[in-house]
Amino acid sequence: MESVFNWIAINQQIIYIVILMVFVGIEVIGRVPSVLHTPLMSGANAIHGVVIIGAIIVMGKAESDNYVALTLGFLAVVLGTLNVVGGFVVTDRMLEMFKNKKAQK
Amino acid sequence: MLEINILTLIYLIASVTFIIGLKMLSHPATARKGNLVAAFGMGLAIVGTIFLYRDDDGNKLHNYGWIFGGLFIGGIVGTLAAKKVKMTAMPEMVSLFNGMGGACAALISMIEFGHFAKMGYLDKIVQSYEAGEVVQDAVLTRPVPIETLLTIFAGLVIGTVSFAGSMIAWGKLNGKIKDFSFKGQHIFNLVVLTAVLALSAYLIVVVATVEPRPDPNIDDVIPKDLGSMPLLLFYATFGLAMVYGIMFVMPIGGADMPVVISLLNSFTGVAAACGGFLYNNNVMLTGGILVGAAGTLLTILMCKAMNRSLKNVLIGSFGGGNKPSAGDGGNKPQGTYKEITLSDAAVLMSYAHKVMIVPGYGLAVAQAQHACHELEKLLESKGVEVKYAIHPVAGRMPGHMNVLLAEADVSYDKLEEMEQANEEFPTTDVVLILGANDVVNPAAKNDPSSPIYGMPILEVELAKNVIVNKRSMKPGYAGIENDLFFQPKTSMLFGDAKKVLQDLIGEIKNL
Repeated sequence: MESVFNWIAINQQIIYIVILMVFVGIEVIGRVPSVLHTPLMSGANAIHGVVIIGAIIVMGKAESDNYVALTLGFLAVVLGTLNVVGGFVVTDRMLEMFKNKKAQK
Repeated sequence: MLEINILTLIYLIASVTFIIGLKMLSHPATARKGNLVAAFGMGLAIVGTIFLYRDDDGNKLHNYGWIFGGLFIGGIVGTLAAKKVKMTAMPEMVSLFNGMGGACAALISMIEFGHFAKMGYLDKIVQSYEAGEVVQDAVLTRPVPIETLLTIFAGLVIGTVSFAGSMIAWGKLNGKIKDFSFKGQHIFNLVVLTAVLALSAYLIVVVATVEPRPDPNIDDVIPKDLGSMPLLLFYATFGLAMVYGIMFVMPIGGADMPVVISLLNSFTGVAAACGGFLYNNNVMLTGGILVGAAGTLLTILMCKAMNRSLKNVLIGSFGGGNKPSAGDGGNKPQGTYKEITLSDAAVLMSYAHKVMIVPGYGLAVAQAQHACHELEKLLESKGVEVKYAIHPVAGRMPGHMNVLLAEADVSYDKLEEMEQANEEFPTTDVVLILGANDVVNPAAKNDPSSPIYGMPILEVELAKNVIVNKRSMKPGYAGIENDLFFQPKTSMLFGDAKKVLQDLIGEIKNL
């Protein structure tokens, strides 16, 4: 039991971040009109592309003779970039149409 | 040290841009800017990481060639794919990109576990101590901390499930993969999931409790040899998670696809957050959790709109157990349906006071949004009031119809949400249903045995006339017959939505 308390004490900052972020995420989504659900889902999809940061770190740390790590890391960077770039571009394309219509009004 | 401080600041800015971006995305006027704000933060974080990242020992990253190569290839392919995709294929694309993110998270976990496997499941840490007057460093070894292992496994399992599931969802949405289920599939799924969790738990315990074998040379502790067992089991876990991801989406019908994509989207968010724990990286943590929380809420909202419980979707029992009974229940009240000719439909609509258009997936498939807008303008010029009734889950994603109609420049205020639309149906002369089915199925109100019973629907039968455009009498995506088609006030107009609309426009012009 004590070790659990210790763990919480040591990691309290991260725990705070997680809990606050959960609330922020819910708050942000809660006010979205249904018209924007698809672009929002797509935007959120692009944002979880932050996983690319992890891929870059893992790639940049890989020993240059560890070919398994290099290959997998390279693949991770490619896929992560696809997620980020593709996600933002698709979202922008969706929203572009909303904007056109707004301008016409 | 300066670099680290700058990077910390960059991560802070990036996290804030994600939050602001999501917030701006939730208002029509600022949505596009919001996306750009988030993209800017992301770009900043990526560039910052590449050039400023230092590990605990202060080492820079290397392998720049590989990193830039990967960014370049991913960037080009991603941009091209996103630019070329048709508006109707958007949901597939989102699902595909989501799968890429999941795979990325899973790969990170694989590499990290591979590192530990190489070092004999020990974590080497440098600790400073004071010997006499001088501060000295000593390399200590300890088993890999349990929370590190937990995040590695969570990243692996969640990322893999998200990847496999998204690929199946992608294949289903573009029609390459058909629904597939067998008896007792949800039991099978549960068994696979249990196996994944049990295997992960076992491995975590084994690796986290490995004792370094004491050795006279402190710097050269020989670990207790676990052999290749953990690595093999690790890959087995990966394989099983893949199976679970596939089997979990496989039996789910298209009506549930929006929920599934949203759920997988939040999965990938959590998987990304696992990476944040692993590297103690706050931008990954905030971004991942933000998406995980928002995606989960969106999923729950969507489940509510369809009157499904999240548990049912997760176990994937919709297509499995319920389908046969659904077929029986739907077949009973079959009657005859009547067709309407194009010219009759044209007359009916031109002399109506108010026409409501109910778009569905059929509209998206036929790319008929422009024709639809043209019909709307034509009817308006004849003094007919035209509005669109948008069911929250029409199409394959929430808001799918809004995006499509926006592409065709349909004005915002013509789009009515379900509650408003239902109030207007009693005063509507003609309802034109374009390729929608389950969202107007009265069985959701009247037939407690129907699997969609309780789902809020567009109550089109309140209108004076209903014209249904479909390609055939085949049941909709949920696989249920629709009584609406057999009601006396309903008439059918078969054919591809785009062609029918164009012909209809021609007929109205000729009147």
